[in-house]
Amino acid sequence: MTRTPLALISGACDTAVGELPGSTCLGLHAEAALGAIRDAGLAVADIDGLLCAYSMTEPHLMLASVVAEHLGLQPVHCAALSAGGATGVIAVMQAQALVAAGHCRHVLVVTGDNRLTGLSRDGAVAALAGVGHPLFEQPCGLSVPAAYALIAQRYLHEYGVPTTHLAAVAVAMRRHAGRHPKAHKRTPITLADVLASREIASPLRLLDCCLISDGAAAVVVSAPTAVPVMSRPRVALLGAGQGHTHEHVSYAPGLREFGCHRAAHIAFAQAGVAPHDIDVAEIYDSFTITLLVELESMGFFAPGTAGAAALAGALDLDGELPCNTHGGLLSYGHAGPAGGMFHLIEAVLQLRGEASLRQVHGAELALVHGDGGILSAHGTLILGAI
Amino acid sequence: MNEICLGSAEIFRAGCARGELCYQRCRDCGAVQLHTREHCARCHGLQVGWAVSGGLGVIYSHTTVHRAPTPVFRDRVPYVIALVDFAEGFRLLLNVVGDARAEVRIGEAVRVVFGPGIDGQPWPQALRCAGTAD
Repeated sequence: MTRTPLALISGACDTAVGELPGSTCLGLHAEAALGAIRDAGLAVADIDGLLCAYSMTEPHLMLASVVAEHLGLQPVHCAALSAGGATGVIAVMQAQALVAAGHCRHVLVVTGDNRLTGLSRDGAVAALAGVGHPLFEQPCGLSVPAAYALIAQRYLHEYGVPTTHLAAVAVAMRRHAGRHPKAHKRTPITLADVLASREIASPLRLLDCCLISDGAAAVVVSAPTAVPVMSRPRVALLGAGQGHTHEHVSYAPGLREFGCHRAAHIAFAQAGVAPHDIDVAEIYDSFTITLLVELESMGFFAPGTAGAAALAGALDLDGELPCNTHGGLLSYGHAGPAGGMFHLIEAVLQLRGEASLRQVHGAELALVHGDGGILSAHGTLILGAI
Repeated sequence: MNEICLGSAEIFRAGCARGELCYQRCRDCGAVQLHTREHCARCHGLQVGWAVSGGLGVIYSHTTVHRAPTPVFRDRVPYVIALVDFAEGFRLLLNVVGDARAEVRIGEAVRVVFGPGIDGQPWPQALRCAGTAD
């Protein structure tokens, strides 16, 4: 099938992930950025657009300008975006629009943070709780895990399923991470381990929650005509969509359907494909419940059935939908806005056939999804090998 | 004074001090909203009025928090948070208080009471209708 690329993901790179003592936010940005540019076969001077996200350890009003200066870049387009875990995906959409409009030829999207070693764990948890409404949520002691716990509790109630359906996701992600030499957590876990882990906010336990890691990731988004010829498959952006319904969980229209439904619907329609066409999916998994809700909302599984599917191995490498083959935020790592970018890097590797032990045989079509806030901001990308 | 000039958060807080749970209703389209603002989020008109809730609601979802987000909540764990659907049509996040608060269940009836919030000022809380106050 001949597909028309909207843009190419010409380069991709992520740094080491996990606990990286001595790392800095800007240093991580530079390592990922230069790696992605090199991977694209480009020179730094070829980059004419720069999109960044945000940092908690080195917060700055103009992070993109700081990163450009740090890299020695003087781009014609330079901006920092902020959509939580959806930032990377949304930045890729913006980069595509910039190359399609002719403003840029090669846009560098780079995100990262030394969130583990640069902040105390308490500091990170407290900073994240700032997404709660200052008047109507924060005074109740609502943490991000607690907000997702409200969604999880409702999910378990509506579908009458046990917490093993949540735990199955954590186990599946760890199984994937075991095949990735760079993953933050690789030690296998069982359902019993998840169910015996410390309670965080019922029904979510420690192993239902994503990691806090250091790391960075970058891609180069290029105009299809601007990319050097290489021997490996080219990775094309074929479709993309977003969905935004709320910011605060208490203003979500409901706790069953979220913006992932709309984001995926738009992306599938643009790419001219359906969920069953996807060979490998890399989907934001900030908590086990996040992945269940997204898989169902996006049309991969019927409502209330994704957990049972995970229990039966559907998300494994040889399953019906290999999902988060790097281990996801739950086991590969979660370094602020770079967390969602790790999913994108993994999709690129899969489509190039460079995923080593994790390779999904013959993967030609991948879906990447990011979620920011409390399932608030969503972006979906459909990528294909061409 | 036009009440909008007071700031909607202040009107809400003043209601709490009187033991009243105030919410907004659009005078133009009738939409109900709780996250208070100076306009109607449905029709975007500016004729937003205030009403007092009867204080009765139903648990939409809940969680018991064991890991506090900030130091101020650390000595309160475990505490219970719930999304409560009030009879007037708005949803509000509240702490559930009273005996057996951890036994709260989805679909259960609660009523609003006012107790000291984190700033010590009166703030709404949910009490299980079958339960008793602290």
